[in-house]
Amino acid sequence: MASRPELQAPPEIFYDDTEARKYTSSSRIIDIQARLSERALELLALPDDGIPRLLLDIGCGSGLSGETLSENGHVWVGLDISQSMLNIALEREAEGDLLLGDMGQGLGLRPGVIDGAISISAVQWLCNADKSSHEPRLRLKAFFGSLYRCLARGARAVFQVYPESIAQRELILSSAMRAGFAGGVVVDYPHSSKSRKEYLVLTCGPPSISTAVPKGKGDDGESSSDESSGDDENRTVSISDRHRPRKKQKLNKRGKGREWVLKKKEQMRRKGNVVPPDSKFTARKRKARF
Amino acid sequence: MRLLTHNMLSCNIKGVTNGFPLIIEAEKVLEKPVDLNPDFLRNMFHKVEWKALVDAAKSLGYSELPESVDPAMLESPEFLHRFHHALLELHLEEGALVCPETGRKFPVNKGIPNMLLHEDEV
Repeated sequence: MASRPELQAPPEIFYDDTEARKYTSSSRIIDIQARLSERALELLALPDDGIPRLLLDIGCGSGLSGETLSENGHVWVGLDISQSMLNIALEREAEGDLLLGDMGQGLGLRPGVIDGAISISAVQWLCNADKSSHEPRLRLKAFFGSLYRCLARGARAVFQVYPESIAQRELILSSAMRAGFAGGVVVDYPHSSKSRKEYLVLTCGPPSISTAVPKGKGDDGESSSDESSGDDENRTVSISDRHRPRKKQKLNKRGKGREWVLKKKEQMRRKGNVVPPDSKFTARKRKARF
Repeated sequence: MRLLTHNMLSCNIKGVTNGFPLIIEAEKVLEKPVDLNPDFLRNMFHKVEWKALVDAAKSLGYSELPESVDPAMLESPEFLHRFHHALLELHLEEGALVCPETGRKFPVNKGIPNMLLHEDEV
């Protein structure tokens, strides 16, 4: 697997024209993005009354996730830092409005106007300091603070994230909590390494019944094979494979011993090789100070 | 960029207390027809800053919105149509958004406003 994009370059440079092109040409990427955004929209739990809502798509990229929102009849505004990705979005005729902006600088939106926010695989970028002026903690604070302000009361924000480590997840979550959000992490398919997906489900406002975090898919050991049956090269290693014992190592800790050395010397002698004679020093361990 | 987005957008520069509404300098305006959804308009009506919308629509050359409104007007189909047209069908394609306080210009290219801030503005 390729290394994480976050480690390669800042987002506005990593998502250049060639990388952005993949988001129109690769049906696999398109499929995954669509599935992620559908699940995010489901977790957003908007009231089911058929009224279009004004949603925010943070890190909208080429507008693939926005397409899912449009299909469900919602009006959306997308924000991304990469001009190349936004150009692709224009090409794909994304229905939402696009903004070129950096979420780490805070969202310049009026208070209380947005009915919900989603973000697919974007928030973990905030944990990186790509410029000397970047301080991940401050950027996360600016982002979550401004997001909290612009969301309407009781609105939800769902972020699909790929945290690099437990510490990173903690950092993101604690920044969100400090901004005033309630909520937590929903993990889909926690037992699978590839199809495991983490969603941060945050609710604007104090904890209540409506802020209870929904359950992740495949939580009770249910396998994800029905979900990932489409992409063969993405097939994950099944648990039985992972727990198969390693081949027994012949080497034991104490080394091979005097008998083994004598046996080998005898073999070499029979072959006609020149072998030093056996003595009391043969295969004896050297002193430590040697 | 639609005026719906313009109505939500405010200037984000550090120290700016009143970055709303951004003044529009229009160079190119497009009209893209979309289906009218009365429910959405009624929902959005309470969130929209009316004066900002009227001014923005004027700067894009559309001046048929009434200066003052009250929720009862949402029953009139004609008003809904104008509201819809101004909010969702007018697009600012090329131009700039100007912060009312600092005068900082955010250029708009191909309908995408560049809201990236410089390091000293964060």
